[in-house]
Amino acid sequence: MPSENLAITWRRLPERYRLAGSCCENCRTNYFPTRKLCPKCRRKGKIAPKQFSGRGKVYSFTEVSSGPVGFELEAPYVLAIVELEEGPRLTAQVVGISEKDVKIGDSVEMVFRKIMEDSPEGLIHYGYKFRITKK
Amino acid sequence: MRKVAIVGVGMSKFGEEWTRGFRDMMIEAGSRAIADCNLHGEEIDGIYVGTMAPGSLVGQEHIGALVADSMGLTPVPATRVEAACASGGVALRSGYMAIASGMHDCVVVGGVEKMTDTPGNEVASALGGAGDQEWELFMGATFPAIYALMARRHMLEYGTTEEQMAAVAVKNHANSAKNKYAHFQNEITLDTVMKSKYVASPLKLFDCAPITDGAAVAVLMPLEKAKKYCEQPIEIVASAQASDALALHSRTSMTSLRATQVAAKKAYELAGITPKDVDIVEVHDCFTIAEIMAIEDLGFFKKGEGGKASAEGKTALNSEISVNTSGGLKGCGHPVGATGVKQAVEVVWQLRGKAEGRQVKDCDVGMTHNVGGSGATSVIHVMKRA
Repeated sequence: MPSENLAITWRRLPERYRLAGSCCENCRTNYFPTRKLCPKCRRKGKIAPKQFSGRGKVYSFTEVSSGPVGFELEAPYVLAIVELEEGPRLTAQVVGISEKDVKIGDSVEMVFRKIMEDSPEGLIHYGYKFRITKK
Repeated sequence: MRKVAIVGVGMSKFGEEWTRGFRDMMIEAGSRAIADCNLHGEEIDGIYVGTMAPGSLVGQEHIGALVADSMGLTPVPATRVEAACASGGVALRSGYMAIASGMHDCVVVGGVEKMTDTPGNEVASALGGAGDQEWELFMGATFPAIYALMARRHMLEYGTTEEQMAAVAVKNHANSAKNKYAHFQNEITLDTVMKSKYVASPLKLFDCAPITDGAAVAVLMPLEKAKKYCEQPIEIVASAQASDALALHSRTSMTSLRATQVAAKKAYELAGITPKDVDIVEVHDCFTIAEIMAIEDLGFFKKGEGGKASAEGKTALNSEISVNTSGGLKGCGHPVGATGVKQAVEVVWQLRGKAEGRQVKDCDVGMTHNVGGSGATSVIHVMKRA
C-alpha cells in the first residue's frame, strides 16, 4: 500500500477510531464508512451522523498468508467482512484467534488497534479491528 | 449507429518477458495486428489503449501518446483507458463506440501491462488500487483475500468445494498448453493445485492468475469497409458495460457480480441471443472462483452449479460450452490491461477457425467477459462472423 499522508489519515480518524458513520434520514439506511450522498435517495436524501455500536457478526473470512506492503510482518492474519448490527458491512482484521477457530456467524466487537506503519520513521496508523465475543 | 467489425488481431508472447519492455510488447502486438489486415498505417485515425497501472509499475503515464509515438502513428489521436483489470475490455468498447458513432473509420485498440519490472509485493499493492484503497487495502486486504472472501461465501451458500475450484485451474492449463502465446505451456493435475500453499484461504497459489507481461491489439473498422481489408471480418454484435460498488463489502451479494449480470442481460438483448447460443466464452478468471461465478452470472449454469459443472468437465474444450480456450487469465497469463483485448483476439481466432490445436468445432458465436477489481466494472462483448 502506498504510504498515506497525514491529511488523508486525519480526515478519516472519526471513522477509523470509533466507527462514526452516517445515516439517511429519508430512507433510514445506515452507512459505514460515511457517505455524503445517499445512493438510494440521491437528491431526496438527508444524510446525518450515525454512531455505530461496534458489535456485529462475521459474514466471511480468510487468512492472508503473505501481506502487501506495510503488512509483511503481520502475516498471517485473519481478514473478515463483518456485518455490523446496524446493517452495513466492512472489511477488517480479526485479532487474537487463528483462522481455524473462526466461523461465519460468530459474534464480534470492535477493538482499537495499530493497523500498520508507513516506515520506521513514518506515521503509525491506528483503527478498528474485531475480536470474537461469542461462538 | 454503424455496425463494427474487427479486421485484424495480434498479441505478444505472454509471460515473464525479461528481455522486453512496455514499448517492445506493444509494438510486437500492434505490428502483428496491423499486418493481419494489410494496413499501411495511413488508414488509422484513432487509438485507444487499455492499461491499468503503468505509473506504479514502470513509472510512466501518458500512455496514449507514448503508443502513438512508438508505433510511428503520430499525430493520430491516442487515448489511454483505465478500468483496473477491465482496462482492455473498456478500451475495446471505446474503440467500438468511436467506429459505431461515425467519429472514426479505423481504430487500433491495444491493451498492455509490463509487470515483472517491479517486485512482487509492490505489484500486489499497485493492483490493490483496483479495490477500495481507504477501506479494504488499508485494513490489510489483498486481491487474493478479497476473492477468498467471495469463495468462502460461495462454499457456504452453494456447497462449492476447493476441488471444484481446482478443476478450473486444471482445465485452463490444459487449454493454455495448446496456445503458443500463453504464459504457461504446461498441463497440471488436480493434485498440483490441491497441494499448493494457501495464499488467502480457501484460495491456493494455483487458484490465482500469475503476474504476466504482455500486450494484445485489435483493429476495428465499420463493417461495410471491413471486407476490403480482410477475408473474414468478425462483427461485434454487442458491447455492454456496468459498474458496481468499489468495495466488496458494500455489495448486496458476494457470490455473484451484479455488474456482470446487468451487462450480460444487456449484451444478450443487443445481440438477440440467449446463453445457449454462445459457443465459446473468454471469462475473467483472475481466481478460479471468479470463473465459477462468471459462468453462473453469464447464464451458462444455474447459480450455485458453476463449481459442479467445472468439475464435471462441462466447460472444457468442445464440451457443453468451451470456456477460456486461450487458457484464461490462469493459464494464458494476466497482464492486467492486456487481458480484455487478448480475450477478443482469442475469440476472433476461434471464429475464423484459426485457433490451431484448441479450435472449437462449429464455433459461430463468441463472448468476452472482462472484470475490473472485484466486480466494480464488468464489460462484455459478443462476436460473430460477418
